[in-house]
Amino acid sequence: MTFSYFPGCTLKTKGKQLDLYGRKAAQALGFELCELPDWQCCGAVYPMAKDEIATRLSSVRALAAARDAGQELVTLCSACHHVIKRVNGDLKRDETIASRVQNYLQLDVPYTGETTVLHYLEVLRDRIGFDELAKKVTNPLTGRKIGAYYGCLLLRPGKEMGFDDPENPTILEDFIRAIGAEPVVWARRNECCGGYTVVEGKEFARKQVDKLMENAKACGAEELITACPLCMYNLTANAEAGLPVHYFTELLAEALGVKEDAE
Amino acid sequence: MNKEYLIEDIKRIAGVNPRKCMKCGKCSGACPAYDEMDYHPHQFVDMVETGRIEELMNSRGIYRCLSCFACVERCPRSVEPAALIEAVRDAVVRQQGADHLKPERIPEILDEDIPQQAITSAFRKYKK
Repeated sequence: MTFSYFPGCTLKTKGKQLDLYGRKAAQALGFELCELPDWQCCGAVYPMAKDEIATRLSSVRALAAARDAGQELVTLCSACHHVIKRVNGDLKRDETIASRVQNYLQLDVPYTGETTVLHYLEVLRDRIGFDELAKKVTNPLTGRKIGAYYGCLLLRPGKEMGFDDPENPTILEDFIRAIGAEPVVWARRNECCGGYTVVEGKEFARKQVDKLMENAKACGAEELITACPLCMYNLTANAEAGLPVHYFTELLAEALGVKEDAE
Repeated sequence: MNKEYLIEDIKRIAGVNPRKCMKCGKCSGACPAYDEMDYHPHQFVDMVETGRIEELMNSRGIYRCLSCFACVERCPRSVEPAALIEAVRDAVVRQQGADHLKPERIPEILDEDIPQQAITSAFRKYKK
């Protein structure tokens, strides 16, 4: 199984671990991530304004490159996934946006949403299967009580993302079970960490992260997992006495016995 | 600026219709930044519909929305309050000299761990 892969800016810098462990785990699971040549930053936030065209172009370049390679496009960062998946939906459904994009890009074959966009977790669930993943686990994380932190971007809007039930998701809990640990379900697991407003001041993110941590601890979680570098930052840099937070790929690599290879 | 023009411009940018709102308040109930916003999401929708756009353009809330899409998810009428908030913020920052975040401020904001994603997001939201 070979996929086109869009790592995104943060996975090359502050969020390297998310990428490195993800690649090692992919090798161990037998699927190949071909990094797109010359990919550009997705912009990190989806432009909701219908008349924003330039801010959609880098996503379309990645989507068209995957189409031309005849591959599905895999993302790992929640923000990249959100932006690229929704821009793909725009190009599929909105003729005005698609034609204005084509005016800029002048692609030999205009792009109209043909590529399938998959988050790494969807590859595990829908292409590999959590049962198959469980069979490949050599170092089960037995006894660890892990809370899944979904955040916003993977889930919402549910109709566009099509990732999981946006109000009561289960994909990360199923993942935690597959790597041999015990998932802890907590109410605020799909509530925002404070996101980019932290750039304006940390106060709100701190308040928000306190609420999240309090809830996760009260439900019995001893550590959290995330797929988003900005969530990782808010949950660690802005938490007082918070739980340890890991990228889900780190625990995946650990369970598959390839964590040391990535370090 | 002409009030009718402003209403139409916001609706055009957002691509949603505030008149579909049935005032159930679920958007405000779901909003994690509710206390941060001078006009709460359900009020924001109403104010777009009734043309109080300039008040919204001068509000603090347009910079406090998290774009977490909780309001979009819960809205039973597909009004998408977050899209209206983004449209009003865009109407502000698209004006010459009206950037909310200036690059000169970045060095004081940076710390050891802040991800590129945070800076990129903030620029996309607060600046044109």
